[in-house]
Amino acid sequence: MKRARLIAWLSRYSTIVILAVPILLVAAFTELIAGTLLIRLVTAMFVSMIIVLGMQVFMGNSGILAWAHVGFMGIGAYVAALCSMTPHIKEIAIPQVYPFLLNLQLPFWLSLLVGSAIAALVAAVISYPLMRLSDAAAAITSFALLIIIHAVLVHWDRVTNGPRTLFGIEEYTTLWISVSGAILMLILAYFFKESSLGLRLRASREDYHAASAMGINITQVRYLSFVVSAAIAGFGGGLFAHYITSFTPDAFYLIETFNVLAMLVVGGPLGISGAVIGTILVTVAREGVRAVENTINLNHLLPFEVIGLTEVFLATVLILSLILRPQGIMGSRELRWKPKQSSGEANELDAQPASE
Amino acid sequence: MIVFEFIINAISVGSLYALIALGLVIIYGILKMVNFAYGELIMVGGYLLYLVGANTNIPWLIAAVIAVVGAMVVSYLTELVAFRKVREKSLTALLITTFAVSTLLQNSALIIISPRAKAVALPQIFSTTITIFNITTSMRNILTIVVSIAMLVGLTFLFRNTILGIALRAAADDFQMTRMLGVPANLVISSAFVLSGAIAGVVSLFWIGRTASVTPTIGLGPLLIAFVATVIGGMRSLVGAVVGGFVYGLIFSFIGVLLPQVLLDYREAFMFLIVILILLLRPEGLVRVKYAQERVG
Repeated sequence: MKRARLIAWLSRYSTIVILAVPILLVAAFTELIAGTLLIRLVTAMFVSMIIVLGMQVFMGNSGILAWAHVGFMGIGAYVAALCSMTPHIKEIAIPQVYPFLLNLQLPFWLSLLVGSAIAALVAAVISYPLMRLSDAAAAITSFALLIIIHAVLVHWDRVTNGPRTLFGIEEYTTLWISVSGAILMLILAYFFKESSLGLRLRASREDYHAASAMGINITQVRYLSFVVSAAIAGFGGGLFAHYITSFTPDAFYLIETFNVLAMLVVGGPLGISGAVIGTILVTVAREGVRAVENTINLNHLLPFEVIGLTEVFLATVLILSLILRPQGIMGSRELRWKPKQSSGEANELDAQPASE
Repeated sequence: MIVFEFIINAISVGSLYALIALGLVIIYGILKMVNFAYGELIMVGGYLLYLVGANTNIPWLIAAVIAVVGAMVVSYLTELVAFRKVREKSLTALLITTFAVSTLLQNSALIIISPRAKAVALPQIFSTTITIFNITTSMRNILTIVVSIAMLVGLTFLFRNTILGIALRAAADDFQMTRMLGVPANLVISSAFVLSGAIAGVVSLFWIGRTASVTPTIGLGPLLIAFVATVIGGMRSLVGAVVGGFVYGLIFSFIGVLLPQVLLDYREAFMFLIVILILLLRPEGLVRVKYAQERVG
């Protein structure tokens, strides 16, 4: 009986298990054999994974193009950094900082949560009316939102140190912290997708009019998921800040948006598996090309310095992927494991119909 | 007299912005596609000006023609290689493709030319000033106004009196119906991209004329201007784009004079706040159109 129960549990949550176990293995493997450089790369990959998952929660389930999430990542990063820095360093790093911010210092984990909460709060305050819009109008407004957030980050000297580099942040984000964060957000994104809210949102993606005829308040459903996804992006931003330790507002602008979009779209925005697989594949491919680029430049293999090869490669991959597989590698599927339906008990316990 | 100088300046900015917006809306009208790679066409024009100017002794006017033709060719190629393949799929896929093409073109410029700004040689006429009736203004302003208006008149003629123009307008109103009446879709869409590229090429001459240098990211500024202007004027109509461009140019010039410095830093944020408000409150923009058609794949 215990075995049957375990099988039923495993098959119900198989997606999470199938994704989380390899992630843990990769992390353990990296920790055991890899050098500092690779550990940093893998840490960064899991931080990106959180942002991609945050974007998936909104974009994947609602089908609306989301540009603003890297902006929310930026909000999370700046807020978390401000919370965790010591007053002494803050005084040097942000000369004009508001006095009430100067003496604020929170532990790392609390800073992350505050960053995430503020990102969610900003999203909650501004986004409700925007959720009425679809298609091109939605894409332009969220792009506008990204530009507004960026403009505020660049010009609010007394909080962000303006366009100059914000430095002096402690490097708290270790490999294991970023891995735990990624797995936590993976579980959150999965349960969100499978929840009643997620289901209603996906219904509105498939057929707007049918969903609204069934009594789904689409604006509200989109709004809630937007806030959740902004919270996840903000959390990832906090981790990013304590990984990279110094950054400018440009870290949260179009280049990063392109990276995150590429990861999500190549993998497949409709599911959690797609987001995870896309992040891993794109990171591996990108770092591979970057290594080639660095080798060329360090050994002067070409008469000029090659800059931008990585982005050209990524953009080409993204375009090809959109032409050949517009729904990404995974499409609307999730990685799942289903036991063979041989024993009656397992069947009974697994009576819940698969949702896909 | 300062008032007149200010007005000429504002009209110059406005007519350039109108042109910028028109190039974007020609595509949007037909495909409902916001072309994020539009700014990079202006970049292409700029780099061609630089390359021709730095490596040859060809006169500027011919270099300008090369720049415009180059932007047209690149615009056509982006459609042929990337957008045509994704057109039938979802709008989201199409928008992401334009963003990817934009990144591709930008970074190709990084690789092929240089990440650093390159100085572009300008003809004498761009830096001279003239005085008419005691009003002093730069020749560049006058040229911008004259060329923009000439372009607008030419395009109006094209749209009104040629078969291609009529097909383009019909496609912008109701693409499905236009196809059913026997207008070849690919031809119409390709011509729209070529036209958009031509406008971008002409814009690049004056945009580069302001700073006399070109960088890989130079396209972002005009792209954002086109966004704001088309939303103000109405994304569905060509007239709306022109109106929106002028209105934006005027607002932008006035804001520059009226706002205190502290708020001036946030000028971009303000403009985009206006964009969001217009999309919410009056999504059809200043100029309404008779037909309002949903996107067709």
